[in-house]
Amino acid sequence: MNNTSCEQNRMLMDIGIIDFTLVELTLYLDTHPHDKQAMEYFNHYARIKHQMVKDFSARYYPLTKDASTETREWKWALAPMPWENAANPVMEGGCK
Amino acid sequence: MWSYEKRLQFPVNIKEPNAKLAQVIMSQYGGPDGELAASQRYLSQRYATPYREVAGILTDIGTEELAHMEMVSAIVYQLTKDLSMEEIEASGFDKYYVDHTVGLWPQAAGGVPFNACVFQSKGDVITDLFEDMAADVIPL
Repeated sequence: MNNTSCEQNRMLMDIGIIDFTLVELTLYLDTHPHDKQAMEYFNHYARIKHQMVKDFSARYYPLTKDASTETREWKWALAPMPWENAANPVMEGGCK
Repeated sequence: MWSYEKRLQFPVNIKEPNAKLAQVIMSQYGGPDGELAASQRYLSQRYATPYREVAGILTDIGTEELAHMEMVSAIVYQLTKDLSMEEIEASGFDKYYVDHTVGLWPQAAGGVPFNACVFQSKGDVITDLFEDMAADVIPL
């Protein structure tokens, strides 16, 4: 589980990008709770993120406990912790 | 309650350990205006606010500060990984190391331990908002 593939790095990076959008939209909507256009943006990206987390968790390890579908071993405990290099996508150069 | 995502908000990949740098960056974890203080500031202030939208945004900002704290902690952890005893002594990290080795512990760069006195929670939304601005420099 320590060898991170290009695809794994790419998926994790993309999840981070989408989630950053969701974090900012959340803070905006907290003080503009009737902005329909912002809600459309939020719902759109939230659906994408949900699918990406589901795909990543099925292929590598569960990013949330809810996303765990394991029956053989509890990967939630075996996966790298977020502060390990193995859980951090390489920004440049390392993945073609 | 909270749920956990097993990833950093933004990736951290430190190539070279640097104990001197770690001692400065540590303040953004456990210093007076660090992420631990920020998270506890917002998550404490939210209860007494009379406006639901404000309580909501304080919750979401406080939650995001916890994610920031985890990134800063990851930076300190990776900067202090695999240090030699020579590097620890030469960088001045020995004063931290004697008490905590490479364990993460919230303190300011000057060695002052984290203390709840670095933030306020007064039960008045305007007073608390001004305290937030003072701590976060750019308002929220």
